Amino acid sequence: MELFLQLTLTGLTNGAIFALVALGFVLIYKSSDVINFAQGELLLVGAYLIYAFVAELGFPWSVGILITLGLAVVVGVLVERFVLRPLIGEPIISVIMVTIGLSSLLRAIVNAIWGTYGRAFPAFIPSTNVYIFGAVVPADRLIAIGLSLLLLGAFTLFFRYSPDGIAMRATADDQQAALSMGISVKHIFAVAWSISAVTAAVAGALVANIVGVSGDVSRIGLRVFPVVILGGLDSVPGAVIGGVIIGLLEVYTGGYIGSGLSQVLPFIALILILMIRPYGLFGEERIERV
Amino acid sequence: MLTLNNVEVIYNDVILVLKGMSLEVPEGKIVALLGSNGAGKTTTLKAISGLLKPDDGEVTEGDIIFQGQRIDTLDAADIVRAGIFQVMEGRRVFEHLTTEENLRAGAYIRRGQGQFKRDLQLVYEYFPHLHQRRNQQAGYLSGGEQQMLAIGRALMARPKLMLLDEPSLGLAPLLVASIFDIVRRINRDKGTTILLVEQNARMALDIADYGYIMEGGRIVLEGETGKLRDNEDVKEFYLGLTEVGQRKSYRDVKHYKRRKRWLS
Repeated sequence: MELFLQLTLTGLTNGAIFALVALGFVLIYKSSDVINFAQGELLLVGAYLIYAFVAELGFPWSVGILITLGLAVVVGVLVERFVLRPLIGEPIISVIMVTIGLSSLLRAIVNAIWGTYGRAFPAFIPSTNVYIFGAVVPADRLIAIGLSLLLLGAFTLFFRYSPDGIAMRATADDQQAALSMGISVKHIFAVAWSISAVTAAVAGALVANIVGVSGDVSRIGLRVFPVVILGGLDSVPGAVIGGVIIGLLEVYTGGYIGSGLSQVLPFIALILILMIRPYGLFGEERIERV
Repeated sequence: MLTLNNVEVIYNDVILVLKGMSLEVPEGKIVALLGSNGAGKTTTLKAISGLLKPDDGEVTEGDIIFQGQRIDTLDAADIVRAGIFQVMEGRRVFEHLTTEENLRAGAYIRRGQGQFKRDLQLVYEYFPHLHQRRNQQAGYLSGGEQQMLAIGRALMARPKLMLLDEPSLGLAPLLVASIFDIVRRINRDKGTTILLVEQNARMALDIADYGYIMEGGRIVLEGETGKLRDNEDVKEFYLGLTEVGQRKSYRDVKHYKRRKRWLS
């Protein structure tokens, strides 16, 4: 029973981090139908920027985070201006291919500046152990849970009620029709990528706090793919619930069966769920009128 | 209110679609733009509303002037803000959004002005059907309801000039009549100027004040709608009537397709 509790808690916290990363994917997909393969690298950039400002330049951590979030917005705007804008009106698949290129580019820039060896993340996120019903959880994992719940709420409200949120969904549905409403597609893409980059920077900090500042940070981008596809690429709640499911599955298999299987099982679950619900658990079905 | 002077539109840098198109839409009127498939009607509307860019088209010559301001160099979003709203062909509702969210998207340029509720009420007055379906996904509405939604979405932006691209497309005759009725009401009650593109010439000439007929990328005939209706060529090619004023019987139709070349 104690093992179960411990595993559940660990699974939930891992899931919260997955969810945070997944939210970034969902934001971009929801506004532009593009699967962003550079999401993991956005995490990497965020983690290295915080590292640079706090550990290398000696800013207080709060200032370092603020500057990083500001720069994340700049990254989002730059991506829109120089990568996406020339591609407006081109097939979605071209844009997806470009995000693969973008991921290599971002990784190369990071490697060029900071090299490839790992470093310790500045310890400002408390990682003392917290005991809940006898199970141990590091405090930083609890912060991750809090943050992902907060962002889940914020994004859900944003997409349902704010004009920009509705405009983003409209743009994903039909770009040209959105243009005819006076919705500036450029503006929408810039907003989506900026918010996504900010989310990624936050997630990057949390991941780096666990695995250290290195190329490994971006590897979580791949591990999060089953999460977003499972939850539905365009669903904010789907990202969070998908994250929790995959987090729990990994930990349960790791704890009860063996750690080798825990990396594979999420993908098996993914295939099973996609056979029953091709759009993911909460994804939008394609509407066909007969 | 709106003037097109010798507008030329080229797609993909090579395909010349509009060849010196000139047109005038006076304030407060309904103007109909008729023509066969491929005449360039939709291209004309897209040139006005700035929606050519996604189709790789561009205005290469001439100018488009709206209320004294040159608009052919503006972005689509700025043109909507200036007061021109295009209801695109084929309805183009946002399928995954609810009816009401579609209307919110239509009100995008007026966000933060606090008049959303009042405008919404107005749209529901014109289209009570939409009110019943306000929380349903727009993709599941019927064709007629989607067309109503498309027009309602335009009303939310309170345009000065509304461009309607084939509002009758794919609708039952009864629905077509009611859509046209609404168009007339919008024009009368709200003073919205309307430029209407149609294949259904009879309906269009019935509600419009002035008509243009397009072929091969330019205007070939224009006039008050009363006069156009009496024009022999219009009668034969757009209204399907012979000189005697009777409906043509298929028995008399020749086996090859007769076409009128206006400029030959």
